[in-house]
Amino acid sequence: MTLLSAEGLNKSFGGVVAARDVSFALTAGEMLAIIGPNGAGKSTTFNMVGGQLRPDSGRVTLAGQDITGMPPREVCRLGVGRTFQVAQTFLSMTVVGNVQMALIAHAGRTRDVVADAERLFRAEALALLDRVGMADAADRPIGELAYGDVKRVELAIALAAAPRLLLMDEPTAGMAPRERASLMRLTAGIAREEGIGVLFTEHDMDAVFAHADRILVLVRGEIIAAGAPEEVRANEQVQRVYLGTTGVKAALRARRAHG
Amino acid sequence: MDFSFVVVQALSGLASASSLFVIASGLTLVFGVTRIVNFAHGSFYMLGAYIAVTVVPWLLEIDRSPWLFFVGVLVSAVAVGILGVVMEVLLLRRIYKVPELFQLLATFGVVLMVQDAVLKIWGPVDITGPRAPGLRHGVEILGQRFPAYELFLIFVGPAVLGLLWLLMHRTRFGILIRAATRDREMVGALGVNQALLFTGTLFLGAFLAGLGGALQIPRVSASAQMDLSIITEVFVVTVIGGMGSVTGAFLAAVLIGQLQAFGVLVFPKITLVLVFLLMAAVLVVKPWGLLGKPEAAAGRAALPEGILNPARFAAVEKGLLALSVTALLALPFFGSAYTMKVATEVLVFALAAFSLNFLVGNGGIVSFGHAAYFGLGAYAAGLLVVKAGVPMEPALVAAPVVAGLFAALFGFFVVRLSGIYLAMLTLAFAQIAYAVCFQWVEFTGGDNGVVGVWPSAWAASRHVYFYVVAVLVVAAILALRHVVYAPFGATLRAARDSEQRADAIGVDVRVHRWLGFTLAGAAAGLAGGLYAFSKGSIDPTMLGIPMSVDFLAMILLGGIQTVMGAVVGAAAFHAIKDVFMPLTDFWRFFLGASIIALVLIFPRGLGGAYAALRRQPGVVRA
Repeated sequence: MTLLSAEGLNKSFGGVVAARDVSFALTAGEMLAIIGPNGAGKSTTFNMVGGQLRPDSGRVTLAGQDITGMPPREVCRLGVGRTFQVAQTFLSMTVVGNVQMALIAHAGRTRDVVADAERLFRAEALALLDRVGMADAADRPIGELAYGDVKRVELAIALAAAPRLLLMDEPTAGMAPRERASLMRLTAGIAREEGIGVLFTEHDMDAVFAHADRILVLVRGEIIAAGAPEEVRANEQVQRVYLGTTGVKAALRARRAHG
Repeated sequence: MDFSFVVVQALSGLASASSLFVIASGLTLVFGVTRIVNFAHGSFYMLGAYIAVTVVPWLLEIDRSPWLFFVGVLVSAVAVGILGVVMEVLLLRRIYKVPELFQLLATFGVVLMVQDAVLKIWGPVDITGPRAPGLRHGVEILGQRFPAYELFLIFVGPAVLGLLWLLMHRTRFGILIRAATRDREMVGALGVNQALLFTGTLFLGAFLAGLGGALQIPRVSASAQMDLSIITEVFVVTVIGGMGSVTGAFLAAVLIGQLQAFGVLVFPKITLVLVFLLMAAVLVVKPWGLLGKPEAAAGRAALPEGILNPARFAAVEKGLLALSVTALLALPFFGSAYTMKVATEVLVFALAAFSLNFLVGNGGIVSFGHAAYFGLGAYAAGLLVVKAGVPMEPALVAAPVVAGLFAALFGFFVVRLSGIYLAMLTLAFAQIAYAVCFQWVEFTGGDNGVVGVWPSAWAASRHVYFYVVAVLVVAAILALRHVVYAPFGATLRAARDSEQRADAIGVDVRVHRWLGFTLAGAAAGLAGGLYAFSKGSIDPTMLGIPMSVDFLAMILLGGIQTVMGAVVGAAAFHAIKDVFMPLTDFWRFFLGASIIALVLIFPRGLGGAYAALRRQPGVVRA
């Protein structure tokens, strides 16, 4: 079943076309990667889906419902979790406090002036932290964590909304290589288990070819190739404009390593 | 309205626009480079006028030539420019990296110090300046007489704009100013001597303020109130034009000059309100002003300056709380009437400061006009009692309701902005409220306010009224404190930490900030209502900028990082004020210096010091 579909998205900034007629679809439980060189329009496409940008034309639907141009908070309430290129967390709070905050928002209790926020949804938050392997750090201030761990907590925050779709903008940016692989394994595991669709952009070819079910290649705002990792890797145009020969080798290596 | 009248009115609008622009251009340049909104810019303007009324007559003694008049004006401007350099080297240099709330307060500290210095040097009487030789006559325009000096002023604005343009495009210094306005870090990375650039900019900014002041002397006499009255107007000009944009400031000055010139014909009493309404309207459509650019987002996440994880009361604090409440309740048994008066005021200010820190410390919403809601509460209660004959009890219900309604109205615009623009808009709304209370004499009593706001008979004694205040204030503070720990308070902290993340988890940030602003306004309104009955009168100082700054100084002294700090800060601030104010003629000087000292050496306040003490090894943690 189609979970997310983008039809003919266009966006330009001044005279620069950032996205031209971008269309794709994503089914539940599928991991779809958007790759492309810097300035190809990955983040633009991404932000049009997440509600941060409104497309000039085109349509985005989530499970059949039109979400084009909805603000992020409403997109979230329809079951879309999101992580950012530079992790966005509530720095003044503890690790578990961050996840509790997301649960409070999900339950629609942000205007509650009676309950004690520190006790609300603590057990549920700890369970989510356990899934991303961060339960031990639950009561530490989030500012004390290593960046890779912050990204894991961000994943738990995104999962708090019980999402059908996860949007991850360069989930492994700024992380050490070993941390990257384990975060991507974790994400892929959760997505498959729960049938959550994942749309992600990524510069790290290892992560892309090891975990994506399908890949979209964007160049100068246009999709030049789409398909399973093997097809994309074999596509001559992609090799020429983007991957280069070393990239192809990296892709092969990654595929072998992760079976 | 005949045509010649319209022309003359437009010309006089242009003349004031010109003067306004000269001053505003300095403020906007300084902001562009240093990112500091310099409250003391109005003081520079005032100093320019005072120095000019001293220097120019002395020069004219030598020879009554127009040239010497303008030499005097320039000498005054240069002298003020040098004072700007002194301020940069001694103060601003130390606060470029501190949060903007602290920067604003520190520069306001300078305002207070300059006010007392001016009173000491030039005395309290307004000083009229000489008129410019050669420009004293009137010019006939379409049958109407128009002062030649005003005509001359019309050309000063565009001339300054042109000279600034040349400076900014043809000199290395000017190009560096433009570069720093765009991207300060990049300029630093290129190896530019930043210290020199900043000092130079402050000289230029203060020079322009001084020039604006010195040019005014034939039109207005130098007075000790001119700093605050000009600074709000200049803030409005720079905010409408876009902070950092000189051309924007010019456009905005022309707009405001015309609005005032013609507004005064239609609504003679509320020109100030018109100006602020224009500002609110512009900011809603263009949140960064006409020609301003969005502030570049900080590259890395930084811990917010405010309440972090709110600490709970441990056994020690519960003990302290019980002790202070007991002491409060016991106070009437041995306190004199004077002690009761001071204690009542401390309680009232504690609630006002606590509600402000609910916004600033908990919500990251730096309100520079919180006194508006305090004062509106006081006016609501006072006017109901005196004009409508309503008893105290319903009036005390009306105070928070009315203040809350106004907070909801103003807050609707305020929460659309952030950072320095938000602070400026809260200030602007507070000035609107102040102007209305000040100018609407028939209804509000104007400058004198209204007297006869006394409690009901049963609460008439100071001791009984103290209990009324104590019960309401303690209940309100505990209730607000509870909200800090509740999901709503946590949501405000979350939105302060990361608006983007809050949005992505489904929080409507604006609505929550708006509700928080309204709640804090209502609490301040209750405090204001209680204050009105304790004083027995209401007057516009209750909504003025100095009152807002008092509240900010209280939370700063108490420590904006702690939940209860505001209460301690209010008590300490009011006690200090009460002891020292009668002892010295230089209370404002002392207060200003203390605020600066707080920002520089004690930014965490008393609450922060206590928290640090509690964390010391060896101190038992309950």
